[in-house]
Amino acid sequence: MAEAAESPGDPGTATPRPLFAGLSDISISQDIPVEGEITIPMRSRIREFDSSTLNESVQNTIMRDLKAVGKKFMHVLYPRKSNTLLRDWDLWGPLILCVTLALMLQRGSVDSEKDGGPQFAEVFVIVWFGAVTITLNSKLLGGNISFFQSLCVLGYCILPLTVAMLVCRLVLLTEPGPINFMVRLFVVIVMFAWSIVASTAFLADSQPPNRKALAVYPVFLFYFVISWMILTFTPQ
Amino acid sequence: MAAADELAFHEFEEATDLLAQTPNEATTRGDQLVPQQHVAVAVDSGGSYGAEDEVEESDKTAVLDRIKGSLLPRPGHNFVRHHLRNRPDLYGPFWICATLAFVLAVTGNLTLVLAQRRDPSIHYSPQFHKVTVAGTAIYCYAWLVPLALWGFLQWRKGVRERMGPYTFLETVCVYGYSLFVFIPTVVLWLIPVPWLQWLSGALALALSAAGLVFTLWPVVREDTRWAAVLLLSVVVLLHALLATGCKFYFFQPLPLEPAAPPHQATSQPPTVLLSPPPPRSAAA
Repeated sequence: MAEAAESPGDPGTATPRPLFAGLSDISISQDIPVEGEITIPMRSRIREFDSSTLNESVQNTIMRDLKAVGKKFMHVLYPRKSNTLLRDWDLWGPLILCVTLALMLQRGSVDSEKDGGPQFAEVFVIVWFGAVTITLNSKLLGGNISFFQSLCVLGYCILPLTVAMLVCRLVLLTEPGPINFMVRLFVVIVMFAWSIVASTAFLADSQPPNRKALAVYPVFLFYFVISWMILTFTPQ
Repeated sequence: MAAADELAFHEFEEATDLLAQTPNEATTRGDQLVPQQHVAVAVDSGGSYGAEDEVEESDKTAVLDRIKGSLLPRPGHNFVRHHLRNRPDLYGPFWICATLAFVLAVTGNLTLVLAQRRDPSIHYSPQFHKVTVAGTAIYCYAWLVPLALWGFLQWRKGVRERMGPYTFLETVCVYGYSLFVFIPTVVLWLIPVPWLQWLSGALALALSAAGLVFTLWPVVREDTRWAAVLLLSVVVLLHALLATGCKFYFFQPLPLEPAAPPHQATSQPPTVLLSPPPPRSAAA
């Protein structure tokens, strides 16, 4: 627009000029009406995509979600520095894992004495409130991970401990003894280390370097408590 | 989480106080880019905690430094002035309380396991309810007692001339960090030797209460004598109550009857008469 003062007269009048001649010293200061048709080449595909998730069968929806959950399980079992877990977070996996763990950990209904193992609600509350507290802690320390992403990661990294719980229950079917206990202890320790490694692989990068240890310690405490609950589980 | 009064004018104490040596610390806080490591344990570096001074003081070295300060209380060093430097953080108190609660529950359970190994007649159970009891007790102590203390100090504020009272967050911080010394003590209580347990408990209580007293003494010293003595003795008494309560509730000394909370033990006298005395002599 600064060149308007230098343009030679009004370019809107129809003085016939050769094409592109003097283009450098012309500046357009009037509205030129634009006409035509605008077509979106993908329009038909977009319309089809809009209704596709509504009209697809329930099986397709469930399978799609299950596949996403399964893919994330693979990422937890073989932790690499990728951000698939972070990018498409979902809370189905943590819910499935938490419910499975709580169902396996709860004391049986016949055991009504006051000091027994945790109830279903106690395990559930510990897992979810623990995860929320750790997420709040890492956000207050200045991490740049979102609330639900952090919940997603913490929930998915319970998978090794759930596997440990399954193994412990199987081992407890055999006769009790010191070997029984040592096997369970070994399995729980290995899975605990795996959980910590998997979650720090995802979470540690989101913190400033001088606060990494401060953010990782609550995660350590969280998985330690869950591991202790698994290890002290005794079937009635 | 930054202290709300970091812009307020703070009165400085006498020359033994570190801050008195650098009277213009409050004004240069934002300018000094002292790296974290230099500030951690050095006594005379009156600098700030580095460039990011507008947020909380939760830095790894800062938190470790405060923990070290709570473990080794010295008469001249006021925890609030020396370590907190009027910038309390909530990371330390919250996670120390959480750790202490879980460590209490876990080691209490472990003593039961170890006792059962020695005497198979003891009935073992995971005792999960102790987690909730421990958590509630520790958190209530670490937050309600500082509230009461802060309220009391505010009420007596008029009597003091020189030193302003601590803010609520600073009091919570002092109490939270003072509980840290109980964590290794509780782990030591796993060793089933009674005199060792009482010795380590007494040592931890002494360190912790000393830290509290040295922190509160400058504030309370200008008050009337009865108020000062009353306050300090109540603080120490509550601390001792917490320690002995934890010791008795979570670590019953070699139960002769099936393990149960103390109030249930009184309802089972026949079992006490029937079980053999040898376990007690084995522990002595």
